[in-house]
Amino acid sequence: MNHPPIMEDDLHGYVDGALEPERRAEVATYLDDHPDVAKRIGAFAAQRELLRAALAPIADEPLPPELNLSRIIEQRTRRPSVARWAMAAMLLLSIGGLGGWAMRGALEASPGGLVALAQEATASYNVYAPDHVRPVEVRASDSAQLVQWVSDRLHRPVKVPDLAASGYRLMGGRVVATQHGPAAMFMYDDDHGSRLVVLTRSMSSADQNAPMTRQSRGDVGGFAWADDGVGYSLVGRVAPESLRPIANEVRKQARAI
Amino acid sequence: MKDMLLQVEPLIPALRRYARALVRNRATADDLVQDCLERAVRRWHQYRQGEVRAWLFAILHNLAVDQFRKVAARGRHVAIDATSEDHFGEAAAQEHRLMYQDVLNKLARLPEEQRAVLLLVAVEDLSYADAARVLNIPLGTVMSRLSRARERLQQEIEGVTEAPGNVVPMRSVK
Repeated sequence: MNHPPIMEDDLHGYVDGALEPERRAEVATYLDDHPDVAKRIGAFAAQRELLRAALAPIADEPLPPELNLSRIIEQRTRRPSVARWAMAAMLLLSIGGLGGWAMRGALEASPGGLVALAQEATASYNVYAPDHVRPVEVRASDSAQLVQWVSDRLHRPVKVPDLAASGYRLMGGRVVATQHGPAAMFMYDDDHGSRLVVLTRSMSSADQNAPMTRQSRGDVGGFAWADDGVGYSLVGRVAPESLRPIANEVRKQARAI
Repeated sequence: MKDMLLQVEPLIPALRRYARALVRNRATADDLVQDCLERAVRRWHQYRQGEVRAWLFAILHNLAVDQFRKVAARGRHVAIDATSEDHFGEAAAQEHRLMYQDVLNKLARLPEEQRAVLLLVAVEDLSYADAARVLNIPLGTVMSRLSRARERLQQEIEGVTEAPGNVVPMRSVK
């Protein structure tokens, strides 16, 4: 017979069910011929069963809330905004005497994910709006394809806002990467070549609904808000107040979906 | 994170079981599992492919080893006389309970490195290769530790007295 000799590892493999059927059969034959070894291996197998039975109840215990994975994930993603709220609270405490005004300031300064959303919209604006070669991936002429693409990536039906009444034509759009997942970016221009960007994505748990607030960073700015877990930001290199009616229009159309 | 939830959540009971069998204290074990899950959430983007189970057990095992080191550095023995606060075998019938308690007490007398191999292979059903990965040791070392663990546990079960000097102190000196 040209079978390799039975080794110690084979015996453990036999106990743990880790052998190929053929090798397993060879070990079984070997054990039939060696009762002393068979006794030892039988004892190991019994040990294994005893340990498994003794420890099984632990796995059946209900999980304590600290080990709820959904909660751990949620805490993890929410942490930054919690820190911001804590900072806002500290600010309030330190200047408490100013009352309502301080509160208003602190709240406006800490709208959680809206700040990030507006920054993402601004970043997209800064990268794509000056691009004269390929500012958008899919052009307005293929808007059906654009809608399909961004809806697929955002896992929800996305409607492209129509800003024609405000004098802005759709140029097209693309999916952009953000730290909070994929976002849909739509770009518009007017007769003077002035461009606007609308960015929309799902919001993390913190800012499911947030009123429209003015956001600006340098000379690019605009507004951001969130409705039912979906965030929007409209930005451009124009006076923010001239964007407000357009932002209202975008929100009105989005709510009408 | 949805894929993580789907892949990791079903493994939490096994992680608890391993941690509890290793450190023998419910609160300490659950703390380790919680640390492990938080770390896994943070590092999920680093997880590429292969056995999620081996990846998680490796994180958990490293945390447990750190824990052992900290306890050792404080100059205290890991309490083994924890029968009163242990919850092993709660669901089992009374006579089984005693038997289970007994084997777990004996398991606790194995050196930690042997106990870890035996638990990963015999209880958690990790392949020898995955156990080697979790413990960051060569496959041959897994096999020799497994063999020694089984021999030693069998001696304990059969009540064989060991040679003096080779006895691990069972209880901390009060």
